[in-house]
Amino acid sequence: MSGWINKLKDQFSSVVLEVQLDKDYPTVICNREGFLDLIKHLKEEKGFTYLIDLCGVDYLNYKHKKFEERFEVVYHLYNLDTKELIRLKVRIKEDDCWHYSVTPLWKTANWFEREVYDMFGIKFEGHPDLRRVLMPEDWEGYPLRKDYPLYLDEEQEWAVYKGLVEKTKMERGK
Amino acid sequence: MSLALEINKKQLNEDSWEEPYFINMGPQHPSTHGVLRLLLQLEGETIVGCDPIIGQLHRGVEKLAENLNYNQAIVLSDRLDYIASAANNIAFALAFEKLMGLKVPRRARLIRTIVCEMARICNHLLWLATHALDIGAMTVFLYCFRDREWLLNIFEKICGARLTHTYVRVGGVRLDFTQEIIDDLYKFTEEFPNRIPDYETLIDINRIWLKRTKNIAVVSAEEAINLGLTGPCLRGSGVPYDVRKFRPYDAYDEVEFIVPTGKNGDTYDRYRVRMEEMRQSNYIIKQCLDKLPETEGEPILAEGAPDLLMPKRLKEPKPMPVPKKGVVFRGADKPIVPVGEAFAAIESPKGELSVYVVSDGSSNPWRLRIRTPSFVHISAIPELTKGHMIADLVAIIGTLDIVLGDSDR
Amino acid sequence: MIEQLLNLLNIEIVKVILAAVIMVAVTLLHVAYLTYAERKIIARMQQRLGPNRVGPRGLLQPFADMLKLIFKEDVIPKAVDKPTFWVAPFISLVCAGAGVALIPIWKNFVLSNINVGLLFILALSGLGSYGILLAGWSSNSRYALLGGLREGAQVISYEIAMSLALLSVVLMAGSFNLGDIVNAQLNSPFKIYLIPQIIGFFVFMISAVAECNRTPFDLPEAEQELVAGYFTEYSGMRFALFYLAEYAGMIVMSALAVTCFLGGWAGPFDIPYIPFFWFFLKFYFILFCYIWIRATLPRYRYDQVMGLGWKILIPLGLANVFLTAIFKLIF
Repeated sequence: MSGWINKLKDQFSSVVLEVQLDKDYPTVICNREGFLDLIKHLKEEKGFTYLIDLCGVDYLNYKHKKFEERFEVVYHLYNLDTKELIRLKVRIKEDDCWHYSVTPLWKTANWFEREVYDMFGIKFEGHPDLRRVLMPEDWEGYPLRKDYPLYLDEEQEWAVYKGLVEKTKMERGK
Repeated sequence: MSLALEINKKQLNEDSWEEPYFINMGPQHPSTHGVLRLLLQLEGETIVGCDPIIGQLHRGVEKLAENLNYNQAIVLSDRLDYIASAANNIAFALAFEKLMGLKVPRRARLIRTIVCEMARICNHLLWLATHALDIGAMTVFLYCFRDREWLLNIFEKICGARLTHTYVRVGGVRLDFTQEIIDDLYKFTEEFPNRIPDYETLIDINRIWLKRTKNIAVVSAEEAINLGLTGPCLRGSGVPYDVRKFRPYDAYDEVEFIVPTGKNGDTYDRYRVRMEEMRQSNYIIKQCLDKLPETEGEPILAEGAPDLLMPKRLKEPKPMPVPKKGVVFRGADKPIVPVGEAFAAIESPKGELSVYVVSDGSSNPWRLRIRTPSFVHISAIPELTKGHMIADLVAIIGTLDIVLGDSDR
Repeated sequence: MIEQLLNLLNIEIVKVILAAVIMVAVTLLHVAYLTYAERKIIARMQQRLGPNRVGPRGLLQPFADMLKLIFKEDVIPKAVDKPTFWVAPFISLVCAGAGVALIPIWKNFVLSNINVGLLFILALSGLGSYGILLAGWSSNSRYALLGGLREGAQVISYEIAMSLALLSVVLMAGSFNLGDIVNAQLNSPFKIYLIPQIIGFFVFMISAVAECNRTPFDLPEAEQELVAGYFTEYSGMRFALFYLAEYAGMIVMSALAVTCFLGGWAGPFDIPYIPFFWFFLKFYFILFCYIWIRATLPRYRYDQVMGLGWKILIPLGLANVFLTAIFKLIF
C-alpha cells in the first residue's frame, strides 16, 4: 500500500504536501487547491469508493502544532476491495475559511459537510444546500470551535424565541 | 425549512394557484422513532419532497467530551445509541486504546465480544418490534420485547444497568463474568434460536407484510455505498461489508460467523439480513462462551490503563497529589496520553460507528469525532422516499433503524 | 292500578320505547365489554395480562374508562370549524349504532321490522362515513384531512363490494327484510347461506372489516402514519364517541353477517329458555374473529387497499351475483 501512496506524491506533487505512514492509517496531507482532483482520482482510479467520515478539527492553541493553519478537515476513505483505509487532511486558514465540497462525488458527504459548517463555520463551495444541521438555523457562533464560550457570565436571550414570546403575548392581549 | 422556502419562491414566480401540501411529520409523531422532524411535500399521498430536520436531541457530546477525561467520555457514549450502548462503549474504548497503545487482555476481549453481540441482539429485537409495529403488526412487538427483557436482565446481572451500561473501560471491562452469568447466557443461547421462528411465522410469509416490504426503498449496491449506508442496510443491497470481518477488533478474528447479505436491496431483504444476523450473533456468543474458561484468572483490565480516580473539584487550586502510574489528571504538563490521533470503527448494530480522536497529551481528548450510523441513514431518507407514499415512509424509517440520540449526539 | 299499567303496556308505542331502551342498553353494554374483551383477548395472544386492576379481573375497566373520558377536558382547537366539529362524532355514532334496531335477534324480537331492512343498514353505514369525513375536514389539521380522505375513498370502494355480496343473498331470499332472509335460509336445503354463498360471505366479511376501519384496513386512523387520522384533534368524550362508533359498527356488521349468512337465531337444536343462544354464539364468534385479525395482521397500504377493493373484491362480488342469478333461474 505504501508504494502507491508514495507514487501519489509524485503524481499530484502540487496537491500532496506530506505523506505520513507511521500513523495508525496512512495519512495524506493535501493542499486545498487541486484537492478535488486528488480525491476524484482516489475514488475512481484507486477504488476508494466509500467515504467513512468527514470531520473538522480546530487546532487553536494546540500545544504540539507544527503548522500555522487553524482548521483541518479530515477525510477517511475506504477501499472495499483491497480493505485499505486512508486518511486525507486539508488544512484551512481561519481568515480564508472555505473548502471544496465533495457532495457531487458522495451523497453521504452532504450532511457531513453541513455538520462541519454548523460546528466550525467552514463553508463548502459547491455544496447544494449548505445550512445548519444540528443547531437551530439562527444560532450564533460555531460551537465546536475552541474559542466558543463554554459558559457566559450573563444570560443571552435568544432573539427568535423572544420574538415568539412577544407575538404570543400580543395575540393573547387581543 | 429551505425546502419550504424554495417551493414558496417557485410558487410566487409561476403564479400558480395550487398550494403545495406540506406535512410536518414529527418531532412528535408515533413512528419517527424519537424526535425526528420530516418536512414532507405531498401530492395526494405520494411524497414529492422530504427534508429531515434533526438536532432536537442535540446534547453536544463531542464538545462535552473535550472537557471530560477519557473514561468519562465513555459514559457519554451510552447516551448516543441508547438501545445498544455496549457497542458504543466499545467503539470509544477501542479508539482510546489505540491512542494510548494499550493491549487488552484476551478475557476482556472475549467478554467485550459477548457484550457487543448481546447488544446486537437487543437492538435487532427492538428494531423488529418497532418496524413491525410501524407496519401494523402489533403482536410481534410484544414477542420481541419479551425476549429483549431476558437479555436486559442478563445485562443487569453483568453490570447493574439495563440500558446505559458503561460496562467497558479504556483497556478492558469493569467487572468479570461470574459463573451465574455464564450459565444464564448458555441458557439464552440454547433457547433463543427457537424463539426467532416465532417472529418469523407471524410476518415472514404474510402476504400483507410482503406487499408492504418488497420493492420498497430499493437501493442498489453502488447507490448504497454512495449514500454511506452501512450495516444491515448496506448488506441488504448485497455488499458483504462488515467491519467485524474487514477490520476485526476484539475477539472477532477468533470466531466464525457468516455475514448475511440480501439481493434486491429492498426493505424485505434488510429485514431478512437482520433476522439472520441475530442467529449469527447467537452463534458468536456461544463460541465466545466456550472460549472463556481458557482465560480463567486472566486480568480484565490492560496494564497501564488509565485510572478512574479523579481530583475533587476544589474552589481554590491546591497542589495535586503525586499521580500514580496511569492516573490521569487534567492539565498536567507532561503528556499523560501520547500526542496524536487514532481512528477506530466498529460494526455497531445499526451500521458502522467510527470514532476519531485527537489528543494533545492531556487527560482530555482534544477532539472527539463520532460518526454515527443513524446520522448518515437519516441523510439518506430524502433519496429513499422519492416517489413512495406516507405509509412507505414509515416503513423506510423503520428499515433504516435510526435512533435520534445516535444521530443528534 | 295494575290493570291500568298493563293497559298502558299494551299500547304499541310504550312497547316500542321499552324495547328500544333495552336495545340501546344492551348495545352500549356490548360496546363497553367488546373493548374489554378485545384488550383481554389480544393481551392473551401477546402473552401479557391485559386490564386487571379495576374490579375482579378488570371487569369494571370499561366503566373506569368511560368515567375518565367523560370528566376529561373537551379541548377544541382554535382553528376548527366548530359546528361541524361538534356534530361529526354524533353522526358517526348514530349511523353506526342505529343499524342494531333492524337486526332480528329472535323470530319474535326485532325492534323495527321494515321491508327494506338490508338497504337501510347499508345506507346507514354509508352515511357513517360522513361523520368521519366531516371530522377530518373540520379539524383543520393535515393529518385529520388525510385520514378523512382515506376514509372517503375506502368506504366508497368497499361499500360496493359489500352491497354486491349482500345482493346475492337478497337474490336467494327474495326479500330485503332481514327476518324474511333468515326464514328463507331455514327453508333452503343447506339451512344457512354460508355454503351456497361462500364467496359472498368472504367478500362481505373482508368488506365489513374495511367498513369498520379495523386492522388490516385501519388506514383512516393509522396510528403509525397519521397519528390518529381523522380524530387527531379530538379529545375527551368526543374522542370516545368515535371509538363507540367503531365498536358499534363492528357489532352491527357482525350481527348482519350472522343474519344474512349464518342463519340468524336458528341452531341445530333448541336451547330451552334461552332463545337468543344461537344468535349470540355466532355473533360472538365473528366478533372474536375481528379481534383475532387485529392481533395477527399488519396494515395494508392505501393504494393496496384500493387495489384489493376494486380489482379483487368487486369483480368477485359481481361474479357471485351473476352465478347466483343463473342458479336461481335454473332451479
